[in-house]
Amino acid sequence: MIALLMRDLRLALRAGGGFGLGLAFFLIVTTLVPFSVGPTPELLSSIAPGVLWLGALLACLLSLDRLLALDYEDGTLDLLLTAPLPLEAAVSVKALAHWLTTGLPLVLAAPLLGVLLNLPPSGYAWLVASLALGTPALSVIGTFGAALTVGIKRGGLLLSLLVLPLYVPTLIFGAEAARRGAAGLDPSTPLVMLAGITLGTIALMPFASAAVLRMGLR
Amino acid sequence: MILSAQNLTLARGGVPVLSGLSFTLEAGQALILRGPNGAGKTTLLRTIAGLQAPVDGTIAGAEDAIAYAGHADGIKAMLTVRENLLFWAQVFGNNDIAPALEAYKLHPLADRLAGTLSAGQKRRLGLSRLLVTGCPVWVLDEPTVSLDVEAVAMFAAAVSGHLAGGGAALVATHIDLGIEAAVLDIAPFRARADLRSGTSDEAFL
Repeated sequence: MIALLMRDLRLALRAGGGFGLGLAFFLIVTTLVPFSVGPTPELLSSIAPGVLWLGALLACLLSLDRLLALDYEDGTLDLLLTAPLPLEAAVSVKALAHWLTTGLPLVLAAPLLGVLLNLPPSGYAWLVASLALGTPALSVIGTFGAALTVGIKRGGLLLSLLVLPLYVPTLIFGAEAARRGAAGLDPSTPLVMLAGITLGTIALMPFASAAVLRMGLR
Repeated sequence: MILSAQNLTLARGGVPVLSGLSFTLEAGQALILRGPNGAGKTTLLRTIAGLQAPVDGTIAGAEDAIAYAGHADGIKAMLTVRENLLFWAQVFGNNDIAPALEAYKLHPLADRLAGTLSAGQKRRLGLSRLLVTGCPVWVLDEPTVSLDVEAVAMFAAAVSGHLAGGGAALVATHIDLGIEAAVLDIAPFRARADLRSGTSDEAFL
């Protein structure tokens, strides 16, 4: 399992691996927002938490279709299925690798981009906390979507349609926690809900992903 | 008996392709599958490897004992030969890849990116993976595709070594490997036409 994690991380960092793709997209979205809505500091600071969360979510979505499709195309998935490694563990590790290469950089970059959007000072800690709590759920749910569409050529659109509704609760509670933090209110209720969603998906989604993967590879 | 299949009926894409197929494989024995294109060799091998379920019949002894090699080798272009092989070795709980590199003369290529290898060299890397799995049953689907004469000899030697060590192999191939093996022609087990329609609910999938 550690071998699989190390391999995925190594592949992501090599040329063409897609590391930085989500980060670059996140950067583009958040730098373009002030240009499109106008440089009003009050307006920017009130929409900043929502924009940052939406940007992070879309950046996550962008890299999902490579998550399992590449392994499917070169036969690795077939071979992993026959290996003495539980498929549930394998998809969990793939999700973890996806989070480390996509979600974690977003979490770390978010405070920097918050400056661009005039995020109120009280909001930074809660923004980082909500993203750190929420992005693992995005990776785990995304892995499930990737498993569902793994055999389909050009399954990216279908993947987005399937995954986006599942992302909505994470987005609502994540952005709400960040917004409350920025407005100086108590963000603990949405944060707790967010943590619940993340823990629930981490616990249950790998079983769903493994099951649909077994079916899909027939 | 290391692996046995009884009265298998197999389907591909909802269409039954083989029925009434039985065989057993003893330790130290190789079984060569023959049959025309589309006869169901790949379907049979994928079923034995556990990648799909048989429509009917039982397979015994296959649990975690099988190293499967299909048409795709599972090689990552952006990893070196050594990294590719070491990854599979670690998945199967093994760290020693030197014998596998040796058996297929991959040492000179060990630090090249796998994406820069020729088709035959990639296949040699794919086959060397079998040696690091430590699994007793090899299930191989057309293993000699794009191999030259010398590499086929390396493969035959690897299979012979595996059999001598108490392993078994189930190989679908069209060429003569030069190893002593029983031959199973699957053409007579082709599913009857009346089984081919109306018996499967998988048409909806």
